Amino acid sequence: MFENLSEKLQRAFKNLRGQGTITEENMQEALREIRVALLEADVNLNVVKELIEHIREKALGQEVLTALSPTEQVVKIVHDELVALLGKDTARFNFAPRPPTVILMAGLQGSGKTTTTGKLAAWLQKGGRRPMLVSVDVYRPAAREQLKVVANSIKAKIYEGDTKGEPAGTPLVERLAKEARREAVNSGCDTLIVDTAGRLHVDGELMDEMAKLKTLLAPQEILFVADAMTGQDAVRSADEFHKRLALTGVVLTKMDGDARGGAALSIRHVTGQPIKFIGTGEKPDAFEAFHPDRIVSRILGMGDIMTLIEKAEETLDKKKSEEFARKALSGDGFSLEDFRDQLRQIRKLGSLQNIMKMLPSVGPFQGMQQMADQVDEGQFSRVEAIINSMTPKERNNHEIISGSRRKRIANGSGTSVQEVNQLLRQYAQMRKMFKGVGKGGMLQRRAMGMLSGMKGMGR
Amino acid sequence: MIQTLFGSLKEAEEPPKQGFFDRMKQAVSRTRESLEDRIEGVLSMTRAVDEDALEELEMSLIASDLGVNTAGEIIGNLRERAKRQQIENGAELKTLLKEQLKNILDEQQRPPRAVATVPEVIMMVGVNGTGKTTTSGKLCAHFREQGKSVMLCAADTFRAAAIEQLEVWSERSGVEMIKSKQGADPSAVLFDALQASKARGRDYLIVDTAGRLHTKSGLMDELDKMRRTTQRIIPDAPHEVLLVMDATTGQNGLQQARLFTEAAGVTGIVLTKLDGTAKGGIAIAIARELKLPVRYIGVGEKIDDLLPFNSDAFVDSLLGA
Repeated sequence: MFENLSEKLQRAFKNLRGQGTITEENMQEALREIRVALLEADVNLNVVKELIEHIREKALGQEVLTALSPTEQVVKIVHDELVALLGKDTARFNFAPRPPTVILMAGLQGSGKTTTTGKLAAWLQKGGRRPMLVSVDVYRPAAREQLKVVANSIKAKIYEGDTKGEPAGTPLVERLAKEARREAVNSGCDTLIVDTAGRLHVDGELMDEMAKLKTLLAPQEILFVADAMTGQDAVRSADEFHKRLALTGVVLTKMDGDARGGAALSIRHVTGQPIKFIGTGEKPDAFEAFHPDRIVSRILGMGDIMTLIEKAEETLDKKKSEEFARKALSGDGFSLEDFRDQLRQIRKLGSLQNIMKMLPSVGPFQGMQQMADQVDEGQFSRVEAIINSMTPKERNNHEIISGSRRKRIANGSGTSVQEVNQLLRQYAQMRKMFKGVGKGGMLQRRAMGMLSGMKGMGR
Repeated sequence: MIQTLFGSLKEAEEPPKQGFFDRMKQAVSRTRESLEDRIEGVLSMTRAVDEDALEELEMSLIASDLGVNTAGEIIGNLRERAKRQQIENGAELKTLLKEQLKNILDEQQRPPRAVATVPEVIMMVGVNGTGKTTTSGKLCAHFREQGKSVMLCAADTFRAAAIEQLEVWSERSGVEMIKSKQGADPSAVLFDALQASKARGRDYLIVDTAGRLHTKSGLMDELDKMRRTTQRIIPDAPHEVLLVMDATTGQNGLQQARLFTEAAGVTGIVLTKLDGTAKGGIAIAIARELKLPVRYIGVGEKIDDLLPFNSDAFVDSLLGA
């Protein structure tokens, strides 16, 4: 797996502990590491070159901050530089003064335009708007059928139109688009989202068609839908689409994978247009506003702790968690019943692997990302099965679980007595540890240390 | 990719424009010198290998998505050999570079596994939007042209209208398709298709699966289940598991190949959308690190736009020859 930038820089600066200043010479290796990190994250080579220049100037001109190590200082410069490039402006959406607002979706084949069209419609609906969808992809087999299914699933209006046997081509595309806009007005929809066929930026004919659609519809937004896994070529397609259409924004899709997403920097750099949204899954609500600092952390391999926290807040039952914390920290301690509740809550967050991958790979969580690949997800299921096989009485009072009970539990859960023993031992340890925290013991100090460590991440 | 990066000088001669992003665009086009020039530069006047120029060459490989490690290794070898063999001109160096790239790819090329009994089962896997359905359709036509009998299995029961899309391809290629409803268990459809193709003695069964990100362990387990279903009916199947990959894919392609191989036992790569400006350099990194061959390439949306892989042509296109 990838090493993150901090680790690399730590190596680069290993020899200058105590010196504490950044000089031309010791920056050389650090800059090389930064370059490699950015390239491995698929940031375009020329964008990297320019960034490295900026970073070099900033780093050398910088006053030495006594509070930060050279590594931290450089990481902060890199981080800030990338955030600055992506733009701090949160995505704003342009709506027409007189409806309907028209949104034109553009992009290469397979970038996720149709799925994104549906997500965008759902997002607009949530904001109280009345979108209408239309697909003018008359080329790909079943593309228009696909949008229809998507629209139905989110209960959005769709203009289906009738090809009337007309051959696939720009005249048909224009006719469908025109009809859809009329239909949107007539049926009181305030936004029209036009899903188009995927096309290559080098396909003159189809790029002309996009330009014609733009003239015809005068859209308020032209969104470029791009795959987060795109490599060095991202600049070329984005550049060409922007030249022909003057894009107003970008949607980065498939961000739920493990691509670093350096394409975001490349596309932003070459088009100057903000990334407005990211797609994070196949469901209609897997769609979020874009946060520059989060993707920068991801590009630099520093985890995505903000997303993790947000996800936790969304999915976890806060009351239950607080209840658990109160019990765990108090003299009574938590029961196996409580433990199972917590286990279930954590599993709602997704696979443990994904959770661990969101943790920063420096500081207190060092090594967690690397460990993620070795995690045995089945362990959770076995632990839950063991607890499920206990009687309520046993769950609330673990001390009564005798040898014969352990045997019964092992049989009932399809595990072994050893595993039951192990669980009970771990449970007892955890209980004790939490109680210690309640009294302001070791763990609390460690938790405080973790928090201050996180602040040092340059966020 | 290097082709367009270095093939055209016209772009670089555009009149300078104002503004930050225009400046950036210029920076991008500035590197579009010909690869020939660059290779000549490596040898410079002194006939000694010019380190700066080699580094530039390394950068141009990285710009083709070969990745830092693969590009570094290739350039390292090139430096060695250039010194040892007293390379004197750019043409020789270029031949050397080409040879190296070709070797990495050719080493992994091996004849497809022998098939004990028909049908030969080919499973198409990959992340979302790479072109699995389109490639499945093209593959049908490819085998039909060789006079083989083919059956299609619509095992993407997840994505909206995926079945309808494959149906169009089955009509275009005149191939029978086994399908179920959206939302059905893909292994169940596969089971039916395996039995049908076996009973009817078809030469090939092509299985189109749903796109999935390699990080979704549940969905990857589903692929494993499909593989086991296949083995129950035809013990040595699936004979080929083709990972369909978009030529624009960056370094994440390695991780894709790694995890799909773990879950589904990938036997080869299909590189799609090579008719764009991306030239699929990631395939070289994949061949080097994961020992997977490229089997086919996709070069357009028409039914005959699928070609068996040829390392010569691929490397030429990569280097812009």
